[in-house]
Parts: sequence; C-alpha cells; structure tokens
Amino acid sequence: MLRFVLRRVLLVLPVLFGLLVLTFVLVRVVPNDPSAALAGQNATPQQIAEIRAKYGFDQPLIVQFGIYLRQVAQADLGTSIQSGRPVARDILQRLPATLELTFAALFLGAGLGVPLGVLAAVRHNTWLDHALRFFTVGGVAIASFWFAIMLQLLFSMQLDLLPLRGRLGTAMAPPAQWTGLLLLDSLLAWRLDAFVDAVRHLALPAVTLSLGAMATITRFTRSGVLETLEKEYVLYEIAAGYPRWLLVAVYVLRNSVVATITQIGLLFGALLAGAVVVESIYDWPGIGSYAVAAIFTSDYKAILAVTLLVGVVYSIVNILVDLIHGLVDRRVAAEL
Amino acid sequence: MSAGDLLLRVEGLRISIPTDDGVAQILDHVDLRIPRGRIVGVVGESGCGKSTLARAVLGILPRAARVDAGRIVFEGEDLLALDQRELTRRIRGKEIGFIPQDPFLALNPTFKVGTQLLEIMRWHAPDGGDGGGGRRGAHRARLLDLLRAVQIADPEAALDRYPHQFSGGQRQRLLIAGALACRPRLVIADEPTTALDVTTQLQILRLLRDLANRFGLSMLFVTHDFGVVAQLCDDVMVMYAGQSVEGGGTAEILERPRHPYTQLLLACHPDRAQDLAGIPGTVASPLAPPPGCRFHPRCPSARPDCAVARPATVVDAGGHAVGCVLYHAGAVPAARPS
Repeated sequence: MLRFVLRRVLLVLPVLFGLLVLTFVLVRVVPNDPSAALAGQNATPQQIAEIRAKYGFDQPLIVQFGIYLRQVAQADLGTSIQSGRPVARDILQRLPATLELTFAALFLGAGLGVPLGVLAAVRHNTWLDHALRFFTVGGVAIASFWFAIMLQLLFSMQLDLLPLRGRLGTAMAPPAQWTGLLLLDSLLAWRLDAFVDAVRHLALPAVTLSLGAMATITRFTRSGVLETLEKEYVLYEIAAGYPRWLLVAVYVLRNSVVATITQIGLLFGALLAGAVVVESIYDWPGIGSYAVAAIFTSDYKAILAVTLLVGVVYSIVNILVDLIHGLVDRRVAAEL
Repeated sequence: MSAGDLLLRVEGLRISIPTDDGVAQILDHVDLRIPRGRIVGVVGESGCGKSTLARAVLGILPRAARVDAGRIVFEGEDLLALDQRELTRRIRGKEIGFIPQDPFLALNPTFKVGTQLLEIMRWHAPDGGDGGGGRRGAHRARLLDLLRAVQIADPEAALDRYPHQFSGGQRQRLLIAGALACRPRLVIADEPTTALDVTTQLQILRLLRDLANRFGLSMLFVTHDFGVVAQLCDDVMVMYAGQSVEGGGTAEILERPRHPYTQLLLACHPDRAQDLAGIPGTVASPLAPPPGCRFHPRCPSARPDCAVARPATVVDAGGHAVGCVLYHAGAVPAARPS
C-alpha cells in the first residue's frame, strides 16, 4: 500500500514536468511580450528592453525554461506581474475558495447523482428512467456559462432569493480565518450568520458547477447498478431472501460504485477546469478567476503556477480514488 | 402415499417466456412431488428446464417469464399466489434454502463471507429464545456450528474473509451453510457440483448426504448426472424438453426405466454404455416444440399417436410414474434396449 502510493507519486513527477513544458511553450509562443506589461503604459522602448534583459526574456526559450524549473524545484513560483506579490502567496490565499466550491459541487453531484442513478436503474425503462436520461443528457450538454447566467437571472434578479456574486456579503464581517474555507471557518468561530451567508453565496456557483458532474455520475451509477443487477450473486441474494431495498442500497450499490468512483476522480479535473468559468461569472475569488486575470495580463508565472497546482491536486485526488477503490473492493486492494 | 407426507407438490406447471423469435414454452406440464425428509433428484439434459423448475419454486424466474398453468404447493400453500414481498419475507432463505450452481459467481465479491451469511439469518432465522438482545450472538454461534458441520477450517477466521480467499469447494461449503442457516424445511440445490472439479464434487456430495441424514433434510436436487442421482437421491424425476416424463424411487427407475428417453439416457452414462452410445437428434426447441410427446421425433419406439397429444401419466402401485403411450392401457410394453 505504501509502496503503491510512493510509486504513484513518483509517476506524477514526469506528468507535472510535461504539463509545465506544454504550458510554458503555449504561454510564451503567443506573441505578447510580458516585458511591455511589466514596464507599464508609458514606458520607453529602452525601459522595456531593460526589463526584458532583467527578467531574461531576451534569452532563448529553453534557457528561460531552465531558469524557471530551477526556481520551481526550490519551491519558488516567482512573482506575479499583476499583483507584484509572490505567486505562491496569491494562490494560497485563493485556493481555499476554489476547493470549497469544487468540493461543494462534487458532494452535490455525488450526493444527488448516486441516488438518482440507483433510482433510474431500479425503475429501468419506466417513465422515470426516461425522464432521468433526458435530464442527464441535458446536464452534460448545457454550457455552464449559459446555465450560470440563467440561474442568476432567475434566483438573483427575478426572485431576489440568492446573491448575485461573491463569497460573502459586503456587509458581513468575515469569520476568523483558520482554513480559508468559509463554511468551516464560520462554524469553527460559531458565526452562524456568516455561515448562512456563505451558504447562500455558494449555492448558485456550486449548483452550476455540479450540474455536469451530477449528470455524469447519475449515468455511471445507473449503468453500474444495471450491470450488477444481472450478476449471479444478486440472483443468489434474492433467492436467499435478502430484502429488496437492502439488496439494492447496500449489496448491489457497493459493487456498482466502483466505476462511479473512478469517474469521480476524472470528473475532479473537469470540475477544476469548470471552476475557471464559473468563478469568473460569479466573481468567486478563487484560483480560477485568478487564472483568467493572469491570462489577460500575460502574467505567465501565475498561469504556470495555477496549471501546476491543478495538476498536483488532480493527481492527488486520483491517487486517493485508487485507494478508496481498494477499500471498496478488497480484490483490488490485494493488487495495490 | 398420502398428501400429508408431501412437502412440495408441483402440478401441471407450464411456463413460457416471450423472446424475439416467439414465445418459448420452457416448461410444459411438469409434475413433481417431494415427500418430507427425502432427497428428490431432477435429472435431464442441459436446457430441459430443470433449473427453471427450481427457480419457479423460489419465484426467481426471469422477469419476462409467465406461469401459464399449474400449482406449486408448499406446505399446503400455493407459492404462485404469493407476491415477491411475501416470498422474500416468509419463504426464501427461511422456509426454502437455496444452493446455487456456481460457487465462484454466487458470493458477492465485495462483502465478507460472514456478513453475507449473517444477513440471511438477520432477516429469517427464528429467534433462539434468548430474549432478543443476544440475537446477533446467537446467529453467529449457530453459523459457526454450521461452518464446522460443513467442514470449513477455522470458522471464526472464515467469517472475516472475502469470497476470493476461498477455493471453489470451500465456497460451495459456505453456500451450503447459508442454505441451512435458518433451518429451512426444503433445500433446493441447482447442480451444486457442476462447477467443481471431480474430487471436490465427490466431497460435496458426501457432505450433502451426511447433512441430509444428520438434519433429516428434504431436498430438491437438480443434476444432469444419473451417477449423482444414484449416490444421493431417494427419488428421481426425469425431464425432457420441459416435460416431466418419468418419476419414482431411484432404485426403481435405475433398475426398470420405462420411458424410452430414460432408457436411452441411462444407456448414455459412461458407466453403463457398452460403447459410446448417444441419442440421435437434438433436444427439441422450446420455441417450436413438437406436438404431443416432445420426445417422439427422437424416440425409437415412436408411434403415430405420439404426435397427437401429450401422453397421460400412468402411475403403478409402487409410485413409478411414466408419461408415455407405451404404458397406456392395452399398449404392448416396450422392449428395453439391450
């Protein structure tokens, strides 16, 4: 088990290296000069050239990449052009907001998707199954930026039920910061008013982000349960007199969620990517909106750092998924 | 034999299942009687409906299957009149234990063996009379006794292991323990040795015979092997293409088979066959079964009236029943193939 984790972590390193190469090339191939942005609006060509030399932008790309890699290896992600602060500090400050959003979306997606999938499988080929299939196809197909705006129009503008944007009302004093996760912090500080406000702000972004995940999880759970229901051991369990609800909710489900769990690991990547769009629309102060701002200002160190972070988080989540897989099915654990 | 001795009585059971190619008549007039305390073998070639019969008794037929006629009377009650909920609550696992065909596929791979077996007892085992509080403990103790009875080494440890950690023979022993867990009145075994290798088959058969003697079990034993019937069963019922063709005491049937199909089937058994005998032709398709006796296209003694109607069953004084026109009143007894 420990060996499995170590091996997987070692395998992640080349993946991250490849990720950095790709991003570096993509960011720097685009013909815009970070030196100009750094020098400011009224800079003379000479000033820009000085900055170019200072930051090494006049060096060949491969040399620049070498310098950057050495910095990263020393845990130095560089300084943001946009904010003038270390990129690492910016990201650490904004990461909790993104984690809160993605995990909320994930729990929403799995919490609703798994039961809906079971329901669709148990009611196989009934009107309910067809209705859920319509919903899942729609859930995957609907663009999140459109869905987000529709939700804002309905719940914020028309009904005035939920806030339009942000993480916390401007009038609300934020709770003492322990984890950066507002829901957790407000509970730790026993600030129920802040908790309720944070939940109200989280609701629309989380629903927007979870829609695709929920639809995918519903579909995977449905097909997993349908496949398991055909198994010989389910027939045996029926013959042995297991109550129907217990059979489906426990004995069938555990065998069916294996595919779903793997899918959730992969979905996490989609959620992080989706967060970029959703955060921008809802003005959510996470790394997604940070990345968008960085792209607009050619803040390439920030872009690289966000990419690297997303890669690391995605890899960790997928290692965890494999471990959970082993917990659910002991035959897999024996191979880890 | 008076009806009071009968634990299970299947009468004129007809089951069909719609398929893309038409309606398949998978059981056509099946009769079966299981007296209390006896082991009754149901024997026939693959696809003759043996397993369907076993599943019909438990109500676990495929969803599309339809019961067109007949009764399955268990302890005076028609099981066909019960819905799935009633069957689960009162019959399956509790009154009727089930030993499945393939022990490699029948255990849920993601749950501990103990969890799966105790689950049956949790819903169906009679109270041990210990006042409720120690129910789980009582179930566990009984299960451990049963695991010892089916000769599982180190039963305590076995409960905490997963199915893939057991061999096929051991898994079948676990499933036998599961079938007996709630002291059922009837045990249905669906070819329980077919998936096992020969030496293990023998051990499982011996175990079943010992358990049957020890606990006075009544059993419906599905098999395609007359050798197994000879070793284990008190009575036997022979099926062909969804029809029951002959039934009676095992010794009687083995010594004096009457139906031409039984005679040929016995002649096919490697122990008895002089050379590699076989039955010409193939088993009738349930989609388009031949009219009358379904065996008549392959029968060496077939007569024109065989194709007219299903032959009525004739029972002699010894309880030997046969459904063949050769034994109808006035017919000339068939010569046995030598």
